[in-house]
Amino acid sequence: MAKLATAIRNPALSGHSVGGHGVLLKVLAPASRMSLRARPAAIAALSKALGVSLPDKAKTSAAKGGRTVLWLGPDEWLVIDEAGGDPVADCAAVKGLHSAVDVSHRNVAIAVTGPNAAATINAGCPQDLSLQAFPVGAASRTVLGKVEMVLLRTGEDAFRVECWRSFSDYVYGFLSEAARDG
Amino acid sequence: MAGTYRISGQGRLTPAKTARFTFDGKPMTGLAGDTVASALLANGVHLVGRSFKYHRPRGILSAGAEEPNALVTVERDAARKTPNVRATVQELYDGLTVNSQNRWPSLSFDVGAVNDLASPMFSAGFYYKTFMWPKAAWHKFYEPNIRAAAGLGVAPDQPDPDHYSARYAHCEVLVLGGGAAGIAAALAAAETGVRVIICDEQADFGGALRYEKGAVIDGQDGWSWAQATVAKLAAMDNVTVLSRTTAFGYYAQNFVGLVERVTDHLARPGRDEPRERLWQVRARRVVIATGAIERHMVFANNDRPGVMLASAARTFLNHYGVVVGKQVGVYTANDSAYATAIDLKKAGVGVAAIVDLRDNPTGPLVDEARALGIEVNHGRAVTSANGSQRIKSMTVQAKAGGAERTIAVDALLMSAGWTPSVHMFSQSRGKVAFDDATKRFLPGTYAQDCVSVGACNGSDSLEDTVIQALAAGAEAASSAGAKASKGTALKVEASEGWTGGMLGSGPGAGAGTTVKAFVDFQNDVTAKDIRQAVHEGMRSIEHVKRFTTNGMATDQGKTSNMHGLAIAAEALGKDIPQVGLTTFRAPYTPVTFGAIVNHARHGLFDPTRKTATHSWAESHGAVFEDVGQWKRAWYFPRSGEDMHAAVDRECVTVRKSAGLFDASTLGKIEVVGPDAAKFMELLYTNPWEKLEVGRCRYGIMLREDGFIYDDGVVGRLAADRFHVTTTTGGAARVMNHMEDYLQTEFPNLDVWLTSVSEQWAVIAVQGPRSRDIIAPLVEGIDMSDEAMPHMSVREGKICGVPTRLFRMSFTGDRGFEVNVPADYGRAVWEALWAEGQKHGACAYGTEAMHVLRAEKGYIIVGQDTDGTVTPNDAGLDWAVGKKKTDFVGIRGLTRPDLVAKGRKQLVGLRTKDPRTVLEEGAQIVENPKQAIPMKMIGHVTSSYWSANCDRSIAMGLVLNGRDRIGETLYVPMPDGVIEVEVTGTVFFDEKGDRLNG
Repeated sequence: MAKLATAIRNPALSGHSVGGHGVLLKVLAPASRMSLRARPAAIAALSKALGVSLPDKAKTSAAKGGRTVLWLGPDEWLVIDEAGGDPVADCAAVKGLHSAVDVSHRNVAIAVTGPNAAATINAGCPQDLSLQAFPVGAASRTVLGKVEMVLLRTGEDAFRVECWRSFSDYVYGFLSEAARDG
Repeated sequence: MAGTYRISGQGRLTPAKTARFTFDGKPMTGLAGDTVASALLANGVHLVGRSFKYHRPRGILSAGAEEPNALVTVERDAARKTPNVRATVQELYDGLTVNSQNRWPSLSFDVGAVNDLASPMFSAGFYYKTFMWPKAAWHKFYEPNIRAAAGLGVAPDQPDPDHYSARYAHCEVLVLGGGAAGIAAALAAAETGVRVIICDEQADFGGALRYEKGAVIDGQDGWSWAQATVAKLAAMDNVTVLSRTTAFGYYAQNFVGLVERVTDHLARPGRDEPRERLWQVRARRVVIATGAIERHMVFANNDRPGVMLASAARTFLNHYGVVVGKQVGVYTANDSAYATAIDLKKAGVGVAAIVDLRDNPTGPLVDEARALGIEVNHGRAVTSANGSQRIKSMTVQAKAGGAERTIAVDALLMSAGWTPSVHMFSQSRGKVAFDDATKRFLPGTYAQDCVSVGACNGSDSLEDTVIQALAAGAEAASSAGAKASKGTALKVEASEGWTGGMLGSGPGAGAGTTVKAFVDFQNDVTAKDIRQAVHEGMRSIEHVKRFTTNGMATDQGKTSNMHGLAIAAEALGKDIPQVGLTTFRAPYTPVTFGAIVNHARHGLFDPTRKTATHSWAESHGAVFEDVGQWKRAWYFPRSGEDMHAAVDRECVTVRKSAGLFDASTLGKIEVVGPDAAKFMELLYTNPWEKLEVGRCRYGIMLREDGFIYDDGVVGRLAADRFHVTTTTGGAARVMNHMEDYLQTEFPNLDVWLTSVSEQWAVIAVQGPRSRDIIAPLVEGIDMSDEAMPHMSVREGKICGVPTRLFRMSFTGDRGFEVNVPADYGRAVWEALWAEGQKHGACAYGTEAMHVLRAEKGYIIVGQDTDGTVTPNDAGLDWAVGKKKTDFVGIRGLTRPDLVAKGRKQLVGLRTKDPRTVLEEGAQIVENPKQAIPMKMIGHVTSSYWSANCDRSIAMGLVLNGRDRIGETLYVPMPDGVIEVEVTGTVFFDEKGDRLNG
């Protein structure tokens, strides 16, 4: 059989970016993502396999070597790997009770940066995004306008917004509109 | 000077900064910093509108947000026309166009004013009594005419071109109101370092310091102190200062809605500036510093232009440099009006007389007025304001009656005392308490974490207010987590203090009189109307309010509620607290729809979800339909084809060769864990434990009541891993339903659910050539019938990327569904399309998909079922595991009414005339000749033209349907009765051979 041409990847909103008043929106490159669910007994082994300790406190994340683990619930984490790794494969050999599901293509990530980044997100997100309440590294599954998102603070003036693929038009549009009002 | 009534050396505006505007087309000039009201008064204009019901000429009552009379339409351009704007709130800008309302043909000659002469007809409760007969006239005659005649401004007729924004904010201390109390509280809180937000509805902070000349704080006059302190607050990182921002609603858990007017005062707003910004603030502590509102006196013709609140006249003088007349009268029951008279007199205005209702007013203000040579009449009342479009004189009489004296005046300034603004406190669900000594309602029992300070809390002196406010600010900060108080101190070196006040109607407007003594100016409610309501049996203030509409206008009775209550109490012979106070509701002042809706307009009204192949479908001419939030390709018309031609061709092509269909919108849930099969057994009617890895099964999910909730094909990927599909519309609720049962009913199971709806793009390839199209692109999967029979699933690669390849069919022909990671969806679709072209395949949309499945009698949950259909009703008993002892809905299925005879069952319907296509939703009867209303025994659920069957096909839910197969039934339609034969639900390839064809 002749060698088949490999399908080209067409990420949603690829390469989009827009500036607002004191804020910049940028659609981020594709990443590997995994939805991880686990019983407490498996956490140590999974942490070891992933090379990052799974955070155990609400609204926190842990990161190491291009891999970020976001606490989403008492037994739920979102693992984002931007270094070309395969977290699902890394967890394959772990015996403890867990569920590892690849959701790499499910989400689209948008970076929101600049002095008005928090205000822009607060146009549609009711969370307190002050540095005291939502410090660098804080993560939360929350809402933006009419849709769900996962929010990660990557710097004092920088956030990563993760939303489902088909909601990315809405999220990008909402943030672009909010960015006008810096 | 900008306006002949502007006095040089008075006020705080800069004479050089002029602003031109027009009022009813007449060009006028005002100053930057003016409101429309102050600019009109500067030009000698008092008549600004006509009243709601009687079309009486009306002027400007107040200088603030409580204004009931001076409502105008502000026009920026053809699309930007805002009706019912309070002239006392709208700031002037150069080029502003202002028009009066509710008058025709002109403000000074208004035909509708005949209502005033006919006013005995329009008494309280008039709507309830008058338009009773004939009934039909209400809709066609009364209602439209009443609407046209009674009313406010005209709504804009073009879409709103402005944009509005929103902001959620959090703070430790939120201060509502920026007078002396609010500023002091904010300062004390801010200096502890906690986050403070302070808002005020006016352009500048300062509140009553705007007109009170006598205040000195920390060595500065009150106004200067306010400006300097607010500037200091604004410069602090932890403080947000919001001017032109009204706190309009106080909700649960200290959630307060503010609306900030960003551009309404600007001549040329920036392109990116929102017109308004909605702030939704969550505060640990709220300091309410909303001040007090002056009340008018209730006497005959107290609504004549030129009759206004004393504090308003003082504001126009001391802040705007505008005198409201050349020879004014004052009518009061309170000291504060003396201060107005004194300031006006000192500015050179003639003060004809102060008429004080009190018998023996004393104090420094009274002395000063007398010392200035102002005539003070005590124990007397103004019984009438005379004049029509402007007051010409006032009639003065002793309280006890007697000789009348007419005094010529061109303005009459009144004060019945001050009503604490407990609106926000009351909205917070706090209970007000009546203070009998001062005859006012004050904050009583608190329901939320808030505190009232200053005039809204009954404080009558500036010293007390500032002391209270500083303490409250510091306490609010510390209770919200501030480490240490800075011990902020302020020194009030001079201030004004007032006493007095009265409630209800004054002499000449009491019981038995018929004069028009207005209580509620905006809704044209008089003292007599309130007495009439009591006379007609209203006992509760809530009933009096609704019967008379007192306090129900857009100003929500800010000036009228207390008077109305006192008059009702007097008529009832009860004390005020026994009659009660009406409830304060949000919004405090009207809020635009734009602010409430803010970003949720146009494309952001609702998310529009598109699949990975959307742009391909678009470029191939697809017509889309909305399925929930999704855009789905409906059909792909080729040149010259209408919808029917396109759908017919797509349906025929699929069965002849193959078709490609985007099924990505189906919900997908990955069920993972050692108890995955156990969980599936509990959530679906079907058996799952014995389903082999690599096989699929059509599953049905019920609710507890036994009715079908959802359906879909489920593949077993591993012993502990299922790939579940749901309907497009059911995706989110099925996930919630499953998660709900897992967490609450079956928490013992080791299984997890993950939504993968958007991880996978799904390309259905259906038809006899489907395998030939897919196979060349696939690696690692044997697609022969032996290795991969109908209803199986394999994992491998297609076009070099991972796939979950299902062999399944929603057409009845051989079929596959190719799942690939979503970002590869478009490329894999294009590769399949290129292969398909070699076999004459087409792309097909949801309409053809519906027809093809109906040809096979496959149901669509939500179309052929409606939440009252059991698996048996739908002919799906085979999908219910007979040996199963438990699943959600198993007990529901045994309910007597679900197993009884006489249920509606899904059957096929063949029209006698094969060309006739039934209408979905049409009712079915046994005998079309029976009398109307006929007995309906069912309805059509699905109906299509089937090109493959060369006839129409339909399904319907029919009473005892399966027993009726072969019977003739009737579908009565407006243009005739359609005869149908009841059949089985499979119209095409009854044996099902084509699944392997």
